[in-house]
Amino acid sequence: MGSDLLFYIFGAVAVGASLAVIGQRNPIYSVLLLILSFGALSGLYILLDAPFVAVIQIIVYAGAIMVLFLFVVMLLNAPHEETDYDERVHPLLRAGPTRFGVVLAIGLIAELWWALTKGRETGPFGDGSVSSVAAIGRSLFTEYSFQFEVTSVLILVAMVGAVVLARREPKSEGRP
Amino acid sequence: MLTLVVFVMLLSSAAVMVYVERKVAAMLQQRVGPYLVGPRGLLQPLADVIKLMFKEELRPLAADRFLFALAPIISATAAFSAFAVVPFGAETTFFGLLDTPMRLQVSDVNVAILVVFAIASMSVYGVVLAGWSSNSKYSLLGGLRASAQMISYELSYGLALASVLVMANSLSLTGIVNHQAGTWLGFIPRWFVFIQPVGFLVYMTAGIAETNRAPFDFPEAEQELVAGYHTEYSSMSFAMFFLAEYINMVTVSAVATDLFLGGWHGPFLPESLGWIWFLAKVSAILFFYVWMRWTLPRYRYDQLMAFGWKVLLPIAAVNLLATAAGVLYFGL
Amino acid sequence: MSGLVPTPALSHYLILSAVLFTIGAAGVFVRRNIITVLLSIEIMLNAVNLTFVAVGRYRGTVDGQIITFFVMTVAAAEAAVGLAIVIGLFRHKESLNPDSFTALKW
Repeated sequence: MGSDLLFYIFGAVAVGASLAVIGQRNPIYSVLLLILSFGALSGLYILLDAPFVAVIQIIVYAGAIMVLFLFVVMLLNAPHEETDYDERVHPLLRAGPTRFGVVLAIGLIAELWWALTKGRETGPFGDGSVSSVAAIGRSLFTEYSFQFEVTSVLILVAMVGAVVLARREPKSEGRP
Repeated sequence: MLTLVVFVMLLSSAAVMVYVERKVAAMLQQRVGPYLVGPRGLLQPLADVIKLMFKEELRPLAADRFLFALAPIISATAAFSAFAVVPFGAETTFFGLLDTPMRLQVSDVNVAILVVFAIASMSVYGVVLAGWSSNSKYSLLGGLRASAQMISYELSYGLALASVLVMANSLSLTGIVNHQAGTWLGFIPRWFVFIQPVGFLVYMTAGIAETNRAPFDFPEAEQELVAGYHTEYSSMSFAMFFLAEYINMVTVSAVATDLFLGGWHGPFLPESLGWIWFLAKVSAILFFYVWMRWTLPRYRYDQLMAFGWKVLLPIAAVNLLATAAGVLYFGL
Repeated sequence: MSGLVPTPALSHYLILSAVLFTIGAAGVFVRRNIITVLLSIEIMLNAVNLTFVAVGRYRGTVDGQIITFFVMTVAAAEAAVGLAIVIGLFRHKESLNPDSFTALKW
């Protein structure tokens, strides 16, 4: 009963924070609101009996990836966005991708409304226990071991790529 | 109820640490330390708190108001919350005062180690937001350096935790402590520090770097960066950062005691009085912390980062590998 | 209290994750700041994670969480490389507006 209410609270916080992320002007506030959204999602994972994923979400997403975003925003000192169009024009009337984005959003909301009123209700969750980390580890290293190894190669490639791409080009020696 | 007790305990431990730090520093530097306020200077922390409360609360004009106020809150909250999953004693009735035995841990989750790690990674935000929102070059540099240092040493911290996990086969801190009960040969306690000395050293080093204490406290070094990320803070906000640093120290020591030094198990006292042993061990580690600060010179920032990535991380990784091999082949 | 709100079933979680995905997708198109675009992509990936965990719980297997693990890793790698590209772009032209990078337009 309490956990039912918690689902709605966490869901509302996640949706509200995500809306604020895309609506907010200042990129630093966007990053912090996204961290709030991740926290709410972490709570939802705990409600779904997945404590390991919940904690990993905080460690990896909120604790590492968002710090990276924050560093980049601070280093680039990007306070606001400059736009080519006039800010006072209504979003639907703006040319280009913005119009498409708003139309897409409205279309998706209509589809969701349809799903809420007409879709087939799935049954409730079965009685499950809190999944143990041992079970996850066992499955990860036996059934999914190939994917695991490939992921490690992916991380290596991303590390090397990030270092190379963000490196400052050495200034050329010859002067005109 | 236990939450309140733990909260008050942490606050008073911070106050005690203020006094201990200054007295031990004085002892190491062959002087007396605080002696004016109260008998032998014991009321010095109280005087400090009163002074900090009465100072004027300043804010730079160009500082981002919301973030400036939020940063110390994040630091202090993360510091307090990390202690919520740390057990500090077995089930006890406090000399018969309580009817049912009370477990000395605010909440027993079975992924307790990861929760400590997660909250440690959230405390980075307090530092980096403090540096950014002050809108001053010392603060910004100090904040960025401190947070880069904290996330670099988190990796070695995690690997040291992982080697304990491999040996104890459980993520719950209570389970890990109970794995260390008993003795070998009747007198050597079964603590993990004897099987994993390298892991313990890696953990302590990474813990000192995580809490931004000397010799890794370049970001708040007075000689280099004024006061780093908390330059522009005064009065209670500064007190919150101060508090957060001491409580982080206590948490790292408490987790180290639980993981490596056998928690509350000790030779002569019965199980239900184990928290006395826990207190003794945590105090020993905190004394070690203060001793380190006033003995060793400070690392320069690039040396610090090079040490974290090129020395400590490979050692921690090899330690994990060796531990896993040991458990697999020798059944430790 | 028990009759006040319906107990969340799988469909509730799926709808929540669809809403989050919509918000992320709209953010990619509407915002004219590269970093916010990357943040919207992270919102979308999180919505997908929520779907995986919810369906995994519904079916009683642990596979949903394992796939979430991989999605998070891929998201981390993509965020790192994406931000490195953003830094490179910013160095070239002091702007974070994706509309200002028109060198490859016909």
